[in-house]
Amino acid sequence: MGDLVIRNLSRTFVRDDGSELEAIRDVNLTIHKEEFICILGPSGCGKTTLLRTIAGLDRLTSGEIMLDGEKIDGPNPKVGIVFQEYSLFPWRNVIDNVAFGLEMQGMGPEERYARAEKYLDLVGLSQFSKSYPSELSGGMRQRVAVARALALDPLILLMDEPFGALDAQTRNLLQNELLEIWGKTKKTIIFVTHSVDEAVFLADRLIVLTSRPGSVCEAIPIELPRPRDRTGSGFAQVRRKVLDLIAQPRCSLQ
Amino acid sequence: MKIRGKNVPDWWLGVSAIILVIVLWQAVAVFLVKNPFILPSPVDVFSAFLDLLARDTLLKDIGVSLLHFGIGLGAALLVGIPIGILIGWYRVMDAFLDPIIEIIRPIPPLAWIPFAIVWLGLTNVAAGFVIFIGAVFPIILNTYAGFRGIPRVFVEAGKMLGCIRDRDLIRYIAVPSSLPQIATGIRIASGVGWMCLVAAELFGVSRYGLGQKLWHYYNLHQMDSVVVYMILLGMIGLLLDWLFRIYIDRHFLKWRTGEVA
Repeated sequence: MGDLVIRNLSRTFVRDDGSELEAIRDVNLTIHKEEFICILGPSGCGKTTLLRTIAGLDRLTSGEIMLDGEKIDGPNPKVGIVFQEYSLFPWRNVIDNVAFGLEMQGMGPEERYARAEKYLDLVGLSQFSKSYPSELSGGMRQRVAVARALALDPLILLMDEPFGALDAQTRNLLQNELLEIWGKTKKTIIFVTHSVDEAVFLADRLIVLTSRPGSVCEAIPIELPRPRDRTGSGFAQVRRKVLDLIAQPRCSLQ
Repeated sequence: MKIRGKNVPDWWLGVSAIILVIVLWQAVAVFLVKNPFILPSPVDVFSAFLDLLARDTLLKDIGVSLLHFGIGLGAALLVGIPIGILIGWYRVMDAFLDPIIEIIRPIPPLAWIPFAIVWLGLTNVAAGFVIFIGAVFPIILNTYAGFRGIPRVFVEAGKMLGCIRDRDLIRYIAVPSSLPQIATGIRIASGVGWMCLVAAELFGVSRYGLGQKLWHYYNLHQMDSVVVYMILLGMIGLLLDWLFRIYIDRHFLKWRTGEVA
């Protein structure tokens, strides 16, 4: 129950001139409930396409995605997403951003603000509830985006290089916070990144994709105990293993 | 944006330029032209202003003109925003309506005056119609441009949060996202509409009105009064624009950073 099962997923885009571009080919993947998955791969390997297909924002060309026994064929309240670029609505203040999904569900103001407040508290930004996104730093905006996605209590949280635009320090901080939130909320998290360091620090299991058309090259369970020490020797060993793997022709080239 | 410290000398420079122009104008009128019909002096204009004030019709003129303007701009909002939304959101509507809009748009608003009279008679609504023609296109085009410029990520974030139907996406995502641009369109429309006012009142739709009185006093050869109405038209136009700007700033400054309005 609660698993995400991806079977024979392929996605081909048709360009304006009629030629076809195969973004992902024959991806098979089962992601368990409460698992933290990182999807790693070179730029343009279809990581984002895979994530968007799970989100229901991109249609699949063939195959199927089942979540909790239910087929995904469009945006679904059981799936939340945090985008790479800043996606908060600039015309709504922080609390109204977080409460947006609840408002769409028709929840009354009192109830939805209480709930939004709870999630804002979870990301540590309660005191900014009346601020507008333009007044927040990049890291704070992504925290709010996490709270906004979690407010609908999805089964899965998809994250598309959410910390890619942040400086290294903020990035490390947010990675720690995300693990904390994951521990508290027990969501399945699928996190796309091109940083090996980030992936090894976060993931229970690391999915390495090949370059285009993307398919699963290897799935590596990361059994380092948490909290993980970025500078520890165990961490370095896993990192080296992953770096070696993605340097191999079978993963980097087709 | 100028900072305050720099603003003070600029302000005084502007005022002294106005004073300089008035003095020059007075001098040219009195010593050079010597004919108040060709060029009434500032003193003539001011005394005409006092006369008009005493005659008590100025407020009525302003009221009637604002009525014409309100009819025109109101209708332009009611028609322009929905059309802009339709062609901005639905590609089919864009393809369907764009040629018609592009054919009608270059026709000057004043060229519609004959049909305004034929269709609506010599009424306030006829004057409003001419203003409407001038005001509706900036509103349509800016609403359209605002809709076309909505970042895709806002729409997708909305969908992921359960805002799925077109109606909801337009209401909760597209309209608020493009509101600064819609507001800019309204501001431009109000400027164009005000420009159309004098001509709209020229053909005698009402006994009052700033444009109507301007022509009336021209026919009486009272050029000093004509200047009074010219200045009033300018000042009220400026005031309207200023009010719009304050409203826009107050509404959008808090969430707008670096966007142009």
